[in-house]
Amino acid sequence: MSDVRKDARELHERFSEHLDVTEDEIAERLTTLTEEYMVPREEARRSVESHYLEEAGLERDDLGSGGSNPELKVEDIEEDEQWLDLTAKVVDLWEPGHESIGQVGLLGDETGTIKFTAWASSDLPALEEEKVYRLSNVVTDEYEGRYSVKLNRTTTIEELDDEMEVGENSAEAEGALVAMQSGSGLIKRCPEEDCTRVLQNGRCSEHGDVEGEFDLRIKGVLDDGTEVQEVIFDQEATEALTGTTLEEAKQRAMDALDTEVVADDMREQTLGQYYRVRGPQFGRYVLADEVEELGGPTDTEDLLIEARSI
Amino acid sequence: MSQQAPTREVARRVFAAEFNDAEYTFKESDDERAPQYLLLPSGERANRVFVVGTLTETEDVGEDSEYWRGRVVDPTGTFYTYAGQYQPDAAAFIRDAEPPTYVAVVGKPRTYETDDGSVNVSLRPESITEVDAATRDRWVVETAQRTVERVRAFSPDTDEYDGLAAEEYGGDVERYRRAAVEALESLDSESDTEADPEPEGAGQASL
Repeated sequence: MSDVRKDARELHERFSEHLDVTEDEIAERLTTLTEEYMVPREEARRSVESHYLEEAGLERDDLGSGGSNPELKVEDIEEDEQWLDLTAKVVDLWEPGHESIGQVGLLGDETGTIKFTAWASSDLPALEEEKVYRLSNVVTDEYEGRYSVKLNRTTTIEELDDEMEVGENSAEAEGALVAMQSGSGLIKRCPEEDCTRVLQNGRCSEHGDVEGEFDLRIKGVLDDGTEVQEVIFDQEATEALTGTTLEEAKQRAMDALDTEVVADDMREQTLGQYYRVRGPQFGRYVLADEVEELGGPTDTEDLLIEARSI
Repeated sequence: MSQQAPTREVARRVFAAEFNDAEYTFKESDDERAPQYLLLPSGERANRVFVVGTLTETEDVGEDSEYWRGRVVDPTGTFYTYAGQYQPDAAAFIRDAEPPTYVAVVGKPRTYETDDGSVNVSLRPESITEVDAATRDRWVVETAQRTVERVRAFSPDTDEYDGLAAEEYGGDVERYRRAAVEALESLDSESDTEADPEPEGAGQASL
């Protein structure tokens, strides 16, 4: 099949329900542009598409991307206004905040989770929680560095009879540890079941005065000179980072009659050091599952060449 | 959702050569608590900086109470850092330090006018810790990288801060690129003694 025919067929498929136009008519328009006016194929296609969009009174988004979309995983979504296909599970449905929103919630696959929005005007079948769907022709949206996907009237929804394990969003951060926030060091947590709140002066904000359980953590800030990332090191990561176990930290606090000395020791050991951490992202924080202490520089030569060549 | 925690200011990477040329400070709003910025000659605004260098000398320059000054040296020059009663941890660190030793300082730039009317810039530490040579080297490379990025992007005609920097400091950012090159070369010659050092002053001569 010729390129013109291929393009004509695709365009016809997309416009047939909106316009009374034949594949031949579309092909003729394309041919006029490419052969008489020497317009490149892509441009011709675009121009013909625009013509019919106007005729049908449609916006480009109403029709979707046309051609085939990449099938992406959640973690690979990092571009605004990208059309794609996604196979994902509905993790959560939220209350729509506005009547223009049909459904809003959280989709997830093995690589992470992402917000989705379906407009009320798109007339889509409702998604159900815990079910897995193949969503074709959704488009990405970006707001303050966070991505979401939008379902629109061209989106096709196919329910799959699959199980899917939803993964946590993973993030990586690198830089110098420039600060350790309050709530770091030797802390006490509420012992009530399913409550792990950190106690303030022996009190849990939910359960009042309780006999707390000791824990170690660091809430730190990694800074690479361009941006900052808040990071949490849990007990295991904190022990690995400082070489001090929870038992040793408790002993140290007991000897000093002060729990604050533990955080002070940690500051001394870790502030100003460079780290690379990787782990799930929770709101503002990256939980440091993997921690690497960074030693001397590695790429001096390339930088020197670059610096000399400006 | 719309309520946002105030974002923490990034700690800028800057060599002493550039830091000490800076003297212009400003705020983005009239709010008393608005952060104060030091305008760097390469057009970056710095509310906070991160410095790693060699603490070479400490001195108590206070009159009534302790006020410690530390000299922190990088390959391009010297940062002066001052810590007194309001920075007890930093003051204690400087008091107890045994120079020379590598230190990492997170701090806020502060300017003061001297008797002869010139403006000096110093560093008020939020934290100061001892680090090793590898961390120092990493900082030098990182700071060279950030400096080169700023010099490359310097466009006084289109960028507000670059324009302001050109007005305040004359716009000669080439010297900071040279400082970055020299800093990188200083690492090179430490690790590789066979390297052929460039003749002294070659950078200036070729301008």
